[in-house]
Amino acid sequence: MSLSRKRNLIVRRLLQAVPVILLSTFIVFGLLKLVPGDVAVTLAGDNASDARIAEIRHIYGLDRSFFVQYGSWLWKAVHGDLSNSLVSSESVLSSIARCFPHTLLIVALAMLMALIIGIPLGIAAASRQGSWIDNFVMTVASLGVAIPNFWLGMLLVAFFALSLNWLPATGAVPISEDFWGAISHAILPACALAAGGVAEVARQLRSSLVEIMSSQQVRTLHAKGLSPSAILWRHGLKNVSVNLLTVISLLFNRMLAATVVVEAVFAVPGMGNLIVNAAIHRDFPVVQGVVFAMVLVVVTLNLVTDILYSILDPRIG
Amino acid sequence: MVDTAIALDQRVGRLSKFSKWFRSDLRGAISLTFLVALIVISALAPWVSPYSPTAQDFDATLAPMSLTHWLGADDLGRDTLSRLIYGGTASLYASFLAVGMAIVIGVPVGLLAGYLGGWVDEIISRVIDSFLSFPAIVLAIAVTGALGIGLTNGMISVGIVFAPQLARLVRARTLVVRNDLYVDSARCFGASTSRILWRHVLPNTIQPVIVQVTLLLAGALLAEASLSFLGLGIQPPNASWGAMLARAYQNMEIAPEQMYPPGLAILLTALAFNALGESLRVALDPTMKGR
Repeated sequence: MSLSRKRNLIVRRLLQAVPVILLSTFIVFGLLKLVPGDVAVTLAGDNASDARIAEIRHIYGLDRSFFVQYGSWLWKAVHGDLSNSLVSSESVLSSIARCFPHTLLIVALAMLMALIIGIPLGIAAASRQGSWIDNFVMTVASLGVAIPNFWLGMLLVAFFALSLNWLPATGAVPISEDFWGAISHAILPACALAAGGVAEVARQLRSSLVEIMSSQQVRTLHAKGLSPSAILWRHGLKNVSVNLLTVISLLFNRMLAATVVVEAVFAVPGMGNLIVNAAIHRDFPVVQGVVFAMVLVVVTLNLVTDILYSILDPRIG
Repeated sequence: MVDTAIALDQRVGRLSKFSKWFRSDLRGAISLTFLVALIVISALAPWVSPYSPTAQDFDATLAPMSLTHWLGADDLGRDTLSRLIYGGTASLYASFLAVGMAIVIGVPVGLLAGYLGGWVDEIISRVIDSFLSFPAIVLAIAVTGALGIGLTNGMISVGIVFAPQLARLVRARTLVVRNDLYVDSARCFGASTSRILWRHVLPNTIQPVIVQVTLLLAGALLAEASLSFLGLGIQPPNASWGAMLARAYQNMEIAPEQMYPPGLAILLTALAFNALGESLRVALDPTMKGR
């Protein structure tokens, strides 16, 4: 395919992402509409002074129409002003900047584990369909999907941190201060998070490999006399590698969600901790800010995947 | 007379089909039996649980398994087995509430988008895409932050998060069905859009929906457990499996065995929902027959 067509495709994908991003930000802001009663009074909490209520009214511009509120909120958000926490009055952006690296480290480690363990399991299962390996992998996969990852986290803490004393049980260290300290704190939460990922990668890889291995193309290769292992490694995996991209971006979204709960188990001061505390204290600007940041990350990642997908897969275009 | 005979015949036919499926699919049968037993026990909680879920026995705080407290007791001396049974009621209620909510929102939206097509479909699809780009539990937490903390609010938010998944599924299925001959002929006979959707399109989208709903129940169960574990779901002194785990975690160094019963309960129930969903997928899919 010509280069210019590729470029057109990328531009089209970028344009398609615009309404999704706009709508997501609209949903994030629209959450405010779910607050029952007078928003300012509810958010100010019990025994709030009139000045406090007026301040919140001012932050959200509650006296103006909803779309004007949304517009000015979005305008400020795009410029990095996510307003301030109602509890600590710290700027939401700097809270996110402080918390996000912890979350990202855990998710990145978990993703790495999911791929390193999940890919061989998926290949092994697909290459010996119906064998004990296949059954074993599928059993592990269904366990991995069904196990509550925060419970797995608790079990890991009980075993590896409290009984064996191998790794720290809770807390986190910024990676910029102490690299190995940060990694050793992130390993257990990442393991808890990776279980579902391993299951997902192994399952998806198995099913797409099985599909390809029973296709016409592979039958032809068989007829040509190519050995089964050569077919699997050279033709099967090449076709599947594109699907893996989709799985990765899907997994990232899921892990970002799951880490919220896992962080609570390991007392990691990440995005999950930030939003859970904010939700409990009805610190609404923080809630919106965290959701906004996460959605932005997910949408960007989906976009990158989409573009990579269309570059790698010659059939699309 | 003839009608009842036919209806009876159909029912017998269905029953024998069901018993055939039940015997041929061991995994599905075990899952279904487990879930039915769980629902019955939960419904009968006040009669089958040995103690009240909030009754405190101060001689038994963090007691290990014993004849008086089969699964031990928590840090307030409340019987773990009783709380597990009552917690099951709460967890199952929450899961069904969330998935019910997702069905009520997602199915009509998907039907409309798929059937009407055009700009309606375009807009609804973009909205669905946007909702799907939210990490599920994060959006649920945000909605609880807005609505206020509590099990019902939490599960409404999970329902809102799940609805787009069902909507997308129903939309895709409706797109296939809407040009089928029987829908065309209904249209020719002047049936109203709502009648066509309700009588002709919906029944033909229902099979994948049933499968997805079963899988979503597992997701909702895990979501409830997560929200309650975080303190955003069920409020004390009420029990749910997630809340029990939060409590057990605080006392992990003294009584680590307290975290096994609720965790295993969540795991087994989620496994059962997932396995049942997979079995239904195979049983309901006409192209998979005879495999």
